[in-house]
Amino acid sequence: MIALDSRPRLAAKARIRFDRKTARYLLLYPERGLVLNPTAADIATLCTGEHTVHAIVERLAEKYAPQPRAQVEHDVMSFLATLAERGLMQTDP
Amino acid sequence: MSDEYRPYTLVAELTYRCPLRCVYCSNPVDYARHTDGLDTADWLRVFREAEALGVVQLHLTGGEPVLREDLEALIEGARALDLYTNLITSGIPLSRERLASFRSLGLDNVQVSIQDVMAPSSDRIAGSRAFERKLEVARWVKELGFPLTLNVVLHRENLGHVEEIVALAEALSADRLELANTQYVAWALVNRRALLPTAAQLDRARRVSAAAQQRLRGTMEVLFVMPDYYSEFPKACMDGWGRRFIVVSPDGLALPCHAAHTLPGLHFDNVKHGPLETIWCESPAFNAFRGEAWMPEPCKSCERRTIDFGGCRCQAFYLTRNAAVTDPACVLSPDHGLIEAARQQALSASGGDFEYRAPRSTARK
Repeated sequence: MIALDSRPRLAAKARIRFDRKTARYLLLYPERGLVLNPTAADIATLCTGEHTVHAIVERLAEKYAPQPRAQVEHDVMSFLATLAERGLMQTDP
Repeated sequence: MSDEYRPYTLVAELTYRCPLRCVYCSNPVDYARHTDGLDTADWLRVFREAEALGVVQLHLTGGEPVLREDLEALIEGARALDLYTNLITSGIPLSRERLASFRSLGLDNVQVSIQDVMAPSSDRIAGSRAFERKLEVARWVKELGFPLTLNVVLHRENLGHVEEIVALAEALSADRLELANTQYVAWALVNRRALLPTAAQLDRARRVSAAAQQRLRGTMEVLFVMPDYYSEFPKACMDGWGRRFIVVSPDGLALPCHAAHTLPGLHFDNVKHGPLETIWCESPAFNAFRGEAWMPEPCKSCERRTIDFGGCRCQAFYLTRNAAVTDPACVLSPDHGLIEAARQQALSASGGDFEYRAPRSTARK
């Protein structure tokens, strides 16, 4: 479980790039890549080590209003869990 | 051309020259015929044209890519195109200073291969005293802030060492460990008798690897690639012919895989003589094994035909002399007996002499 006050940061091996062919962002890492939907792309972009999970949820809830905050929080947590499982994210205290 | 055929990865084989002589080298057995024909400007154009086709991942490989004196310029050019750039190297000959300059030029990842966990056995496979040097380079990779992929090709002489290999990868703080069983084409096919493991060896290694994968989840990606000689169905070789990968050989041939230019009857175009897009979309060789029209039975009516695409064309050719048959690795192939015979041989084999990679005309035994 990822703490709300932790500050997620993309792992050194992961890099975001825009894909002109599909007009989506890709999260690239050795030999692989994840296609990001717009929400995931927003979350990944905010994983710089500066923002807390709480702040990321706030930012996205604002952007995607009137989507319920609980839904946004769920999306953020599940995407961060996916990143963590693949070793694509570190959390700074 | 539809997204069904979109290349995501360019494998740039910058040179076939290499100080090592690995007994399972994936370069063609006649590699000496393919000299370095592309200069810096040619390669940069290939990168540009590949990126325009949809490529986002670039592997700089060989042979030994650090032998290219223009590697700095190639890394810089690749990064300018926002390609995720991976250097696949033996680490020989490479200085810490040069590796540091690759970092500042934007190289994303470094893959170092080792052959085993101890110098004598590792060097025996590489045909060169290289092991200690490789470990030193792997440590530099991490010290300089790169992600490290550690690659180990598995075979009967090192399959019993997977625990030690995992421990070494952890000690080096590798981000990704590739435990890739030998694919029996090119030099590995020449040396198959001495390399092919038994099912029992493989089962044990697979269990050890699965446990490590579980334990290290989120820290180190552990990948175990089964040899297709012991799989029920063949590999989706290169994710399908001319579907996701472009390989460019040192002399400029645009290829669907590392060994395609050794198949007779196919003419591969050179990137020096035309745009990559035309070659990718229109060349007869890239289209030869796309889709299902070329497929014989049992592939043609098999529900797995869109999963494994009929397997490896090169393996089909090297085992049956016909590139357009079902990969013999498939249990449904009428030629599967060839694989069973090799497995049977592995049970009684006691290892043996290797033929080391060398220009064939001068070094063949």
